[in-house]
Amino acid sequence: MDLNALTQTSGAWLRGSGPDSDIVISSRIRLARNLARFPFPIRADQKTKGEIEDVIRAQIDNVRSAGTIEYIDVNSLCALDRQFLVERQIISREHAETQGSRGVGVGSHESISLMINEEDHLRMQVLRSGLAVDDCWEQIDLLDDELEAGLVYAFSDQFGYLTSCPTNVGTGIRVSVMLHLPALVLTREIQKLFQALPKIGLAVRGLYGEGSQALGDFYQISNQTTLGRSERQIIDELKAQVPHFLDYERKAREKLVAEDQPRLHDHVCRAFGILKSAHQINSQETMQLLSTVRMGINLGLVSGLEIPTVNELFIHIQPAHLQKLKRESLESSERNVARAAYLRARLANGSSPN
Amino acid sequence: MKQCSQCTKAATFHITEIRKGVAKPIHLCEGCAKEYLALVDVSAKSTASSAKQKGLKLQDSPSDHLACSHCGQTFRQFRSQGRLGCAHDYELFRDELLQLLESIHAHTQHVGKLPRQHGQEGRSEAQLLRIKSELKAAVEAEDYEKAAELRDQITQIERLEQSRSPGTESMSD
Repeated sequence: MDLNALTQTSGAWLRGSGPDSDIVISSRIRLARNLARFPFPIRADQKTKGEIEDVIRAQIDNVRSAGTIEYIDVNSLCALDRQFLVERQIISREHAETQGSRGVGVGSHESISLMINEEDHLRMQVLRSGLAVDDCWEQIDLLDDELEAGLVYAFSDQFGYLTSCPTNVGTGIRVSVMLHLPALVLTREIQKLFQALPKIGLAVRGLYGEGSQALGDFYQISNQTTLGRSERQIIDELKAQVPHFLDYERKAREKLVAEDQPRLHDHVCRAFGILKSAHQINSQETMQLLSTVRMGINLGLVSGLEIPTVNELFIHIQPAHLQKLKRESLESSERNVARAAYLRARLANGSSPN
Repeated sequence: MKQCSQCTKAATFHITEIRKGVAKPIHLCEGCAKEYLALVDVSAKSTASSAKQKGLKLQDSPSDHLACSHCGQTFRQFRSQGRLGCAHDYELFRDELLQLLESIHAHTQHVGKLPRQHGQEGRSEAQLLRIKSELKAAVEAEDYEKAAELRDQITQIERLEQSRSPGTESMSD
């Protein structure tokens, strides 16, 4: 896979289509699987990890349901390229940072990723734009069956699919939706959501998963437990809650408009103004401003700028993407200059606030 | 009115942050609150780290020095890393894990998907468990139509089981 070619594009899951895509950026399901005859990656030596990679990789080549799956040997990538894959959500931060034989199979315009030798031998994920968890399940269930046809998974009647961390055992499933909740942050209602979620068995994370900050008002909401309920139940329970979150965010947006529309309009247009004219800007500020502009587009306060463009910018202004685009290694301050230039170029053509 | 703890403005935003079980009140003005919210690490309560914490919380155990003959991992190592070394550890540390799984998942029995290669016997047993768990959920949600459907499925599987193995009382473990 040519990573440099990817800098010009973005994953299909970012295209901003699909149900409720004004708030639901993407839906994702991942399954954790291990091979019965090998120790988990944490206890596997280099030689064993190499064997695990060979065995699973060979089986990935037999998968037919997902089109072409291109394999990337993550162990041989430089730190910048690994970070680049993390920014695109193709691999996890843990996969980028760990050592030894490991890789990832990428398919279907980046909507499928099969990580080998992450925390578990195999971590497969399917991503979709908008609210589409059922589609994710349909595809990953099939993918899992196809992979299993040539692999013997570690499985027990009592504990289900055995995983390195007991928090994933059983179904090994994590179902999540990435939500954009700027109005809840602006109206400070978001804290209430944080407090309510654990009580209904849901966890919340930032844009890049575990330990990442809630940059750009993005929140990943997912199931907390994996044992004792079927995949269908886990999916349905999350699905049943999503309309409440959407409603909550939409009401907060309506409230902002109703209370002081001119102020909100001003807030959105100033954000857009800074993005279009700054000469140095860090990624945190950029994410914050893009978040405001994205909400502005949804509320009809900005015209000439499309949601898919904004979605893409969230990813392209990240450090590794900027450096890949410029094809050179940049210090933090140089990145701030390059980021501002990139934003000016991308936002210059005709788009203007209402 | 309280003053913002970050600057000199009046605090209009009061939150209680809970870190490691200790509640700490924080008072901020609008500007600082916004900054604070942007930096909130939402993963503080995330699953993986809490498993590790829960694992650590387990009492000292006689299994601490028990090492798996397949992967070499001891229970003590699991308690410090929160990760198991291989599939066999689930049997070796079974008793300790049951307690941990109960506290994480509130369940200790898998009811979801099965590998296709899994034996037919295990399949229907697991299928029954799954449907029974779905039935319970349907009754709780007062979805009686679905509950009736699931009950029919259970009867069907049980009948099938009986016809397949006449004379056998129950499933072997």
